[in-house]
Amino acid sequence: MSAYEVSIVSIIGINVILAVSLNMISGFCGQISLGHGAFFGAGAYAAALAMVSTGSVTLALCVALITGSILGIIVGFASLRVRTDFLAVTTIGVNFLFIGFVRKQAWLGGEMGISAIPATGLGAAGNMVMILLFACATVALSFYISRSWMGFAFRAVGEDEGAAATVGISSAAYKLAAFGIGTALAGLAGGLYTFFTQFITADAFDFILSVMLMAMVVIGGIGSTWGVVVAAIGLTLLPEAMRFVNDYRLLIFGGLLVLVIRLAPGGLAAMAHGLFLRVKRS
Amino acid sequence: MSAAIEIDNVAIRFGGIQAVDGVSFAVKAGDFVGLIGPNGAGKTTLIRIVAGMLRPDRGRVKLAGSDVTGDGTATRVRRGLALTHQIVRPFREMTVLDNVVLAAGIHRTLNPFRALLHIDRKRESERAGNIIAQVGLAGTERKLAGSLPLGQMKRLEVARALAVDPKVILLDEPLAGLNHTEAATQVETISEVHKSGITVILVEHNLEEVMRICRRLLVLNNGQVIGDGDPRAVMADPVVHDAYVGGGMVTHAEA
Repeated sequence: MSAYEVSIVSIIGINVILAVSLNMISGFCGQISLGHGAFFGAGAYAAALAMVSTGSVTLALCVALITGSILGIIVGFASLRVRTDFLAVTTIGVNFLFIGFVRKQAWLGGEMGISAIPATGLGAAGNMVMILLFACATVALSFYISRSWMGFAFRAVGEDEGAAATVGISSAAYKLAAFGIGTALAGLAGGLYTFFTQFITADAFDFILSVMLMAMVVIGGIGSTWGVVVAAIGLTLLPEAMRFVNDYRLLIFGGLLVLVIRLAPGGLAAMAHGLFLRVKRS
Repeated sequence: MSAAIEIDNVAIRFGGIQAVDGVSFAVKAGDFVGLIGPNGAGKTTLIRIVAGMLRPDRGRVKLAGSDVTGDGTATRVRRGLALTHQIVRPFREMTVLDNVVLAAGIHRTLNPFRALLHIDRKRESERAGNIIAQVGLAGTERKLAGSLPLGQMKRLEVARALAVDPKVILLDEPLAGLNHTEAATQVETISEVHKSGITVILVEHNLEEVMRICRRLLVLNNGQVIGDGDPRAVMADPVVHDAYVGGGMVTHAEA
């Protein structure tokens, strides 16, 4: 594999982790978050600091995971107070707050970011394999959660919190769990991203990224792990395959998002399911 | 033996309106109580306080002797209180079976951690199937709950309430919007629920049915209890008569 292919596959792996973890929060549990980039960034910065000071890959990943999760649970508490559109706006605010905070902190490198982060020692291909293993683990976890009683309860909370209470389900606990797990994985992705680039600046974790991740979830089919994985891969490759897509990235992703919401709210997953049913019938 | 439910001097005010004004009553385990009153009497508010959807300004709510005034709905459900909503609230995107399975799995969903460790739904599915048959919804298991007609959704609410294995069940207008036949089957189901040993509190507009199946009647007016006791005796009380029923309705109710 060329260096270019290795880097593309690595980015795909990271985007799959991010999109699938966002799907746990927004798809499974119905809590719309447009600030996933902030948790990704928090994990990346935590891992960078850990790598610079200790050089331990395992420690860096653990720190990234925990930092993402702690920040996520704090934001999760907001989800207990504000709902739907207001939660979306709050999480957008969290993303901007994160960027604004990081840019002004000398110990986080300010505008210049953190550079010269020690390498993992696995080489680019080794990093890629590690990223892919974590991506597979994330997808497997997503399938497991979806089948478990936790996924069952998530769907109930996402659909109607009042009705969930009447079957004894505490929405607060489940929403915090969704944020805790989803953002821990975003933090983990941040750590992997740090290993991949060895140089991070706040701009990599901005609101635009959060919107792109939400686009992957919605286009893939909100709540469907398979759909989201396919969309994450496709939407990462698209700008690489077609030059003009890269030039008009925001326009095209925004347009796709609007089209899917308007014409096929179930995303790729629902379209594939519909096609499958039609083929089965004929 | 302590009462199944005890309401002690409960009151709540919305702006300038004293919706519930110092209501106290206790319901014995195994009793069947009808809660009635004219529109705006405070029935739904009182039910919402008992169910934990509203915090009273003062007063206490006790379930089987323990104070639950500060607890939310989910906690009360776990302590043996089940409820149905006046305006049906099924999980519309789930099948009828899943709606009831989720309720039957109440011990699985105690906390997210326990829920994460369990996948198997076999036992819950079997129990849910039985309950669905018991309320007369057999054959609809695979349908989406949101696609059912109102009469069946009302039964689904009862099925979901039964699936949490309650000691007390609060039914908020389970007959509203049903036609004669549907209402009759629903009443039949409710009587069976009571016979199985569950304490029932029924809020209902349909006086005829309330008079027929309740063992005790509580009448609420302007946020206060104005009648309490044997249904016929209560309905004969001139105070209740004036406040609520009016001449024509009494004969109708006694018919």
